[in-house]
Amino acid sequence: MLKYTLKRLLMMIPVLLGVSFVVFLLMYISPGDPAKMILGEMAEKGEIEALRETLGLNAGFWERYFNYMKDILLYGDLGISYVTREPVISEVMERFPVTLRLASSGVLVSLCIGVPCGIIAATKQYSVFDHVATLLSLLGNAMPAFWMGILLILIFSVHLGWLPSSGYTSIEYMILPALTLGTSSAAVIMRMTRSSMLEVIHQDYIRTARSKGQKESIVIYFHALKNALIPVITAVGLQFGMLLGGSILTETIFSIPGIGKLMVDSIKTRNYPIVQGGVLILAVVFSFINLGVDLLYAFVDPRIKSQYKGAKKSSEVKEEDAENGEEGED
Amino acid sequence: MDEKNMQINQEIEDISMYKKQSQFIQAWHRIRKNKVAILGMLILIVLILGAVFADQLAPYGYDDQDVMRRFTFPCREFPFGTDNLGRCIYSRILYGARVSLLIGFVATGMGAVGGTILGALAGYYGNKADNAIMRFCDIIQAIPSLLLAIAVAAALGSGLFNMMLAISIAAIPRYARTVRASILTVKDQEFIEAAHAIGASDARIIMKHIFPNCLAPIIVQVTLGVAGSIINAASLSFIGLGVQAPMAEWGSMLSAGRQYIRDYWFVVMIPGLAIMTTILSLNLFGDGLRDALDPKLK
Repeated sequence: MLKYTLKRLLMMIPVLLGVSFVVFLLMYISPGDPAKMILGEMAEKGEIEALRETLGLNAGFWERYFNYMKDILLYGDLGISYVTREPVISEVMERFPVTLRLASSGVLVSLCIGVPCGIIAATKQYSVFDHVATLLSLLGNAMPAFWMGILLILIFSVHLGWLPSSGYTSIEYMILPALTLGTSSAAVIMRMTRSSMLEVIHQDYIRTARSKGQKESIVIYFHALKNALIPVITAVGLQFGMLLGGSILTETIFSIPGIGKLMVDSIKTRNYPIVQGGVLILAVVFSFINLGVDLLYAFVDPRIKSQYKGAKKSSEVKEEDAENGEEGED
Repeated sequence: MDEKNMQINQEIEDISMYKKQSQFIQAWHRIRKNKVAILGMLILIVLILGAVFADQLAPYGYDDQDVMRRFTFPCREFPFGTDNLGRCIYSRILYGARVSLLIGFVATGMGAVGGTILGALAGYYGNKADNAIMRFCDIIQAIPSLLLAIAVAAALGSGLFNMMLAISIAAIPRYARTVRASILTVKDQEFIEAAHAIGASDARIIMKHIFPNCLAPIIVQVTLGVAGSIINAASLSFIGLGVQAPMAEWGSMLSAGRQYIRDYWFVVMIPGLAIMTTILSLNLFGDGLRDALDPKLK
């Protein structure tokens, strides 16, 4: 297990380097002169030139990339915000917990709705509940998150007046955003749970459990669920990434001071370092979440663990297959 | 000799034409029985027709403003009401369908073509090319797709083409992976070896022999991918990175109408419903296609 973890960590390094390169490239091609943006339009030419020199903007592309990486790796420096002139890293990290909390509560909502609905739909296949749940999941999947958010505000804040529509101070401010974020993921997770549950239920060991006279609830929730949830874990990991992206919209709708809102505001003021810094941080977080999910996956599924002890090649192929399978779902 | 060869070639072509046709005709027969998928297809056709004939169908232009008739509730003259500038929402939805569907299909198309080429190279040549291309895909996929689209669109600046480019880049890996996976299954089969043996070039083998065998999964991915592209495009417009006013686009209509929801629900309800209907029909049709084309179910 340790070896597997280390191997996965090592495999992350080139990917993250690649991500940082993409982010740097995007920053490089962004329009506008950073020095001019920091000093403002009224600044003198000499002043701008001096700042360009201190920021290292006159160097060539590769030298700049090298310096950029050096700043990140040695000092955790992602550049300076054009607007506040504060370091990007402190501005982004200050907002980070909010976004993480929002995305996590979105995942929680999607699990709390998706998994139980999926189980019931599978155990009562072709029942009214199954049909209604499938229909709702189709609708939930087709609904853009931002529209969902607006509808929830319309119903629960404007008409019923139960919940606040914007801001971020107490737990009740999180309910609507979490619902907004979680709904479309809940739809995906429900479909996932349903199909994997259906697959498991028809296997021999479930028949064995039933025929030895085990209570149906124990068969479903103990024997079947344990195996049925394994593919769902991967889906949850992928959904987490979607939710990190989706939180950008949700934070904008509900005026929640997270990374997403910061990024959207920065896009409007052409404050590119913040945008790229936000992308970099969220991509790193997403990579770690994926790693965590894969480790969890290996932990709960003994087949994968044993594969890693034995033939390594085949497990890699299998893993890739599993990934490909997931992509088809979203 | 030459004549004989040509005749054989002709026969081979006939057979492959027949096979190619029959695969899709078979799929069509299967999908025809799937009522839900057909419903999705019909809605999609209506939407496409609405977009194509927007000029004829829309009672007003997409930017015909009239402050005197701001926020008219849905009525006989304005089936979906009017917005904050007195523009007919029904007309704007029709013109918006044009933009949304265009972005959806073009962005997905660009991503699919790029991804197919990369995936074909990776799958066919293997080794170094495979490694390089797959690591590239890993990198792109390490960034959540909406986030990447936002970053690219922010760097390139807003506008229709930049938006499509941003969305298509984020979509490349899924096509590359799909194509690579299906090429790997086809590559080692005997008919490819036979093509090699008679001296066919790599390009010919990829285009003529391998590609047709990978078409089904690509088509399914594209159908489902268009839905994702439309949602991403609407999201970009919603946060102000997409199509610029006064052009009608569903995401920006929603975003513009957001501040008026307290009194005029239809301003946001209608564009949202339009997006949802489109995505739903694409998903239904795409799911049906997947079931119909999936060789595992045959």
